[in-house]
Amino acid sequence: MMSSFLFRAMDARAGIFLAIMAAVIVLVPAGNLLMPEGSTFHVPNYAVTLMGKYLTYALLALAVDLVWGYCGILSLGHAAFFALGGYAMGMYLMRQIGTRGVYGDPILPDFMVFLNWGELPWYWYGFDMFWFAALMVLLVPGVLAFVFGWFAFRSRVTGVYLSIITQALTYALLLAFFRNDMGFGGNNGLTDFKDILGFDIQADTTRAGLFAASGLALVVCFLICRAITRSKLGKVLVAVRDAESRTRFLGYRVEHYKLFVWTLSAMMAGIAGALYVPQVGIINPGEFAPANSIEVVIWVAVGGRGTLVGAVLGAVLVNFAKTWFTAALPDIWLFALGGLFVVVTLFLPKGIVGTLSQGWTALRQRKVSEDFEAGSDQPPSQAPQSPASPANVSPKKSASTVPADADPQPAE
Amino acid sequence: MARSSSLLYLDGVSVSFDGFKALNELSLTIAPGEMRAIIGPNGAGKTTMMDVITGKTRPDSGEVFFNGTVDLTGEDEASIAELGIGRKFQKPTVFESHTVWDNLELALKAPRGPFATLFHVISGGEKKRVEYLLDLIRLGSKRHELAANLSHGQKQWLEIGMLLAQDPKLLLVDEPAAGMTDAETAETAELLKDIANDHSVVVVEHDMVFVRSLGVKVTVLHEGSVLAEGSLDHVSADERVVEVYLGR
Ligand SMILES: Nc1ncnc2c1ncn2[C@@H]1O[C@H](COP(=O)(O)OP(=O)(O)O)[C@@H](O)[C@H]1O
Ligand SMILES: [Mg+2]
Repeated sequence: MMSSFLFRAMDARAGIFLAIMAAVIVLVPAGNLLMPEGSTFHVPNYAVTLMGKYLTYALLALAVDLVWGYCGILSLGHAAFFALGGYAMGMYLMRQIGTRGVYGDPILPDFMVFLNWGELPWYWYGFDMFWFAALMVLLVPGVLAFVFGWFAFRSRVTGVYLSIITQALTYALLLAFFRNDMGFGGNNGLTDFKDILGFDIQADTTRAGLFAASGLALVVCFLICRAITRSKLGKVLVAVRDAESRTRFLGYRVEHYKLFVWTLSAMMAGIAGALYVPQVGIINPGEFAPANSIEVVIWVAVGGRGTLVGAVLGAVLVNFAKTWFTAALPDIWLFALGGLFVVVTLFLPKGIVGTLSQGWTALRQRKVSEDFEAGSDQPPSQAPQSPASPANVSPKKSASTVPADADPQPAE
Repeated sequence: MARSSSLLYLDGVSVSFDGFKALNELSLTIAPGEMRAIIGPNGAGKTTMMDVITGKTRPDSGEVFFNGTVDLTGEDEASIAELGIGRKFQKPTVFESHTVWDNLELALKAPRGPFATLFHVISGGEKKRVEYLLDLIRLGSKRHELAANLSHGQKQWLEIGMLLAQDPKLLLVDEPAAGMTDAETAETAELLKDIANDHSVVVVEHDMVFVRSLGVKVTVLHEGSVLAEGSLDHVSADERVVEVYLGR
């Protein structure tokens, strides 16, 4: 059962993605640690951290694509789960500082000493242990998503309304975490980390290790998403996305399906945040900003919604552009991002990967038609779509049939 | 007929939308194994009746029982489907970005929970069943085609196939011949008669030729309640029926 589940995750497209990821995970740290400075193959320290950050963004985008691309839940609040995972990791890192803080208190983080707090709040207990923090990285976003989803999906909140309450969720958390008496460092957040699992957080080897960990997390989550979306459950998700009410009349309890992917997706976002924080060295309430969640949706739209690989590609490309823009033309970035979104929506509605695979399908379709005309007994309608790839499939644009676009269609 | 011996039992069902009574004290009983045709002018409440039976709309008053004992007004769409009531919509709704095969596979009777579907591996028996249905609805050559690429009539048939895949006890079929050619309509009537051999069927249709070819008991709905019931010849002879159909 389990093996067939994992086996399902693999095919040519996944193979290419995994090969590239394997190369990145090995070569970037190797280029940083093994190649002498000045060599063409040397990867500078800042680049390792920067790319490590992109990988965590890619994982966040993957999480959004799972719920949006496959199940039609447009979350405008996923940065909240990312930030919560980040805070859980940040709390562990704070407690690793020990007496090395400015005030030298063995238990209390600096900001608590500064606020004249006498003792550690109960919800900081346990975060001195890595396993506990790691568990919280999954559980805090997971439980919040579960409770939120339980109410939202049961009362059948969908579409724009759902998107709006996800924005409200992240905004509420933003306001809460800004408050000093919440006990998370208020405005300044958590920073000045010293080490992680006993390794100096500034060391080249630690940074390379964090990079590799981010890459591995991305690969594992990618395989999980892939196995899910290619299973029968994945087909039900797409059915929910395209005709939710029809799916109910087939006897599927739609809210359970939504709750399942929604919670899983939030946990993946939490992992992304937990890997992000040690690499950038800080987590503050700004990560909850509603605009952050919207940006993630743009990454996914650019790369190609409902393709998984596209989410990763979109996150990396857009953030690469952002890094470049904010250095070269800082004032222009937001306009460029907005413009990009408009261009993609108008001209590449399926995103980069969606458009490419559509072109590929059309090419194959033409080839099959030619073979058919040349006397093969395989009728052309047999080949165009792989039944196993649910989401980005688009009606083929062949000459004979004029297909309607696969628009979502409500059951009457 | 008594409630206990009925398959579907509606008594005094009323539904109103903003004061407008779409169903008005509707009472209707379907016996196990029966096929029933429902006719009536547009807006008579035929689709609303199906909405009530399948849990989409809650009635303001009245009783709806399935199998004589199960109160349907307390159940939601998914549990009603699980109880064995399948529905074909007036406007064909298939999953457009899935292939014909996947549409049928999704409809196949099987455990419906997320964990069951996550680890589901299609069995030989299920494949045979899908093959059988593909044959029956004559979409065998289109199995790998996206449902979006089917013609209107083919979508209607695919939806009937999905209905059969669920293997329900009772099929509710809303205007199956809408938008079909005469030949397709005749074939659809044959298909439904076939299905009625081992299922109970309620079919809503406007097309009188179609209804006549079914040759079953007819219920005429008008303004949310039953106007007449009996054989097609019997109800067509009823003056009030003639009036609502001609006086439109
Ligand atoms: N959701 C709704 N809201 C308001 N009015 C409705 C709704 N559904 C149906 N109606 C009205 O109820 C009446 C019965 O509709 P319907 O059951 O679709 O008729 P039929 O299927 O017999 O043509 C119509 O007048 C229709 O406008
Ligand atoms: Mg109707």
